[in-house]
Amino acid sequence: MSKKLLAGPYLVWMVGFIIIPLALIVYYGLTDRNGIFTIANVASVAEPEHVKALWLSLLLSLVSTVVCLILAYPLAMILRNRGIGRGSFIVFIFILPMWMNFLLRTMAWQTLLEKNGVINGILSLLHLPNQNLINTAGAIILGMVYNFLPFMVLPIYNVLCKIDDDTINAARDLGANPVQTLLRIWFPLSVPGVISGITMVFVPALTTFVISNLLGGSKILLIGNVIEQEFTRGSNWHLGSGLSLVLMIFILISMAVIAKYDKNGEGSAF
Amino acid sequence: MSRLQRFLKRTWQDFYLVLILIFLYAPIATMIVLSFNSSKSRTQWGGFTLRWYMDMFSSRNIIAALHNTLLIALLSALIATVIGVTACIAINSMKSVPRAFVMGITNIPMLNADIVTGISLMLAFIAFGISLGFQTILISHITFNIPYVILSVMPKLKQTSRSTYEAAMDLGAGPVYAFFKVVFPDILPGVLSGFLLAFTMSLDDFIITHFTKGAGINTLSTLIYSEVRRGIRPSMYALSTVIFLAVLVLLIVTNFVPRRKEEK
Repeated sequence: MSKKLLAGPYLVWMVGFIIIPLALIVYYGLTDRNGIFTIANVASVAEPEHVKALWLSLLLSLVSTVVCLILAYPLAMILRNRGIGRGSFIVFIFILPMWMNFLLRTMAWQTLLEKNGVINGILSLLHLPNQNLINTAGAIILGMVYNFLPFMVLPIYNVLCKIDDDTINAARDLGANPVQTLLRIWFPLSVPGVISGITMVFVPALTTFVISNLLGGSKILLIGNVIEQEFTRGSNWHLGSGLSLVLMIFILISMAVIAKYDKNGEGSAF
Repeated sequence: MSRLQRFLKRTWQDFYLVLILIFLYAPIATMIVLSFNSSKSRTQWGGFTLRWYMDMFSSRNIIAALHNTLLIALLSALIATVIGVTACIAINSMKSVPRAFVMGITNIPMLNADIVTGISLMLAFIAFGISLGFQTILISHITFNIPYVILSVMPKLKQTSRSTYEAAMDLGAGPVYAFFKVVFPDILPGVLSGFLLAFTMSLDDFIITHFTKGAGINTLSTLIYSEVRRGIRPSMYALSTVIFLAVLVLLIVTNFVPRRKEEK
């Protein structure tokens, strides 16, 4: 009986700081300034500027997720096939930048990409024309890939490490060529890791406002920037909550996908 | 596969690994080099200097932010660990339906986008009448840290056998004494890794802090954000270098020192 009482502090915390806050977003999102029910806030996602921001967010986060996957899968395969142990130093080196402060990592790219930044400096040393790198969609994608790549590598690597060498050898003995082994053995067995990696990159990329702010300037607005501005510049919390509700639909979809493909939590990164 | 083919494959793989490493570390290396550059220009080397490090350590803002960051990380990780471990014990003795319900809610802060968590907490603090400041950052960090503790401790707790705990009780130990003598040593690795994970998550957080901090208080992350938006000063590179080295040492200690003990 006394064990049940131990749940008390956590249950109170859970209600106070998880459930009520989410309920408040729903409340704000579905009411106007006078507290009257309305769907105008949610529907405002159909306004041209919001549609543009949401569409751009989806596009950029999709592209960075695909780039992360293309970069991470071979990396995870190589690390696994070298038989490098899970806690080894080499794996550690590839994961280390993940623990460096997120803002500092983004600031580093700003330093490299700026108009009088390091890359343009090198270009002019080589007497090549300066490039306009910062404040472009490409810079934002680069920032997303750089920041979220380890989140793709880790779950795929963890899943690949669990695949038995005997399974691979059996496929080879039975006459499968490398491409067949990849498509019929490696890939299907690593699906939980891939799915978990995709959501771990896609959700933060879709909702970011920091990367787009620092690398995209103020001209490129993502849906995260729109929501952030509604709250921090104090303009309209109801509208910001309404757009957050729309964002949560995308998060719920990706949670549902994870639950479907990764039932045992095999693909978790930690 | 011929020897040549194998050699080519291996060279190609090495090339790929090196390429990714350059991509990962070039920005960090650039910042480290620039932190010692006496010229403010990003493209010209004006000679070696430690001036930006002096600037950094004499900046009251940076030191105050560092103090806040460490204090919040330590407190939030400690409190989250205590709440998380007690919650684990309770959840473990629950029936399957309430357990699934509680675990489902526990996952929300981990799976939800940080921006939504941050906004929802800000709305709640204002609704509860808690003024935004140090206390609200602390509460927010505890909130997103608890799931990491629970996820680290739960698997360890499931592995412990009930019978040793009951045996201790039969032999006259009280429930609290039996827990600390019998169960706690078994789950200790999970508790420690949960604590460390919570500590690092708190150190690294920007988005949730950004929405819940209010005016007049900064953690390192929020300070960096406001500085960078005004234009990067070289003392920020010095700060990056210090943080990078601190993270490197911390991770080497936590990743490689305990493992060696286990191997013995």
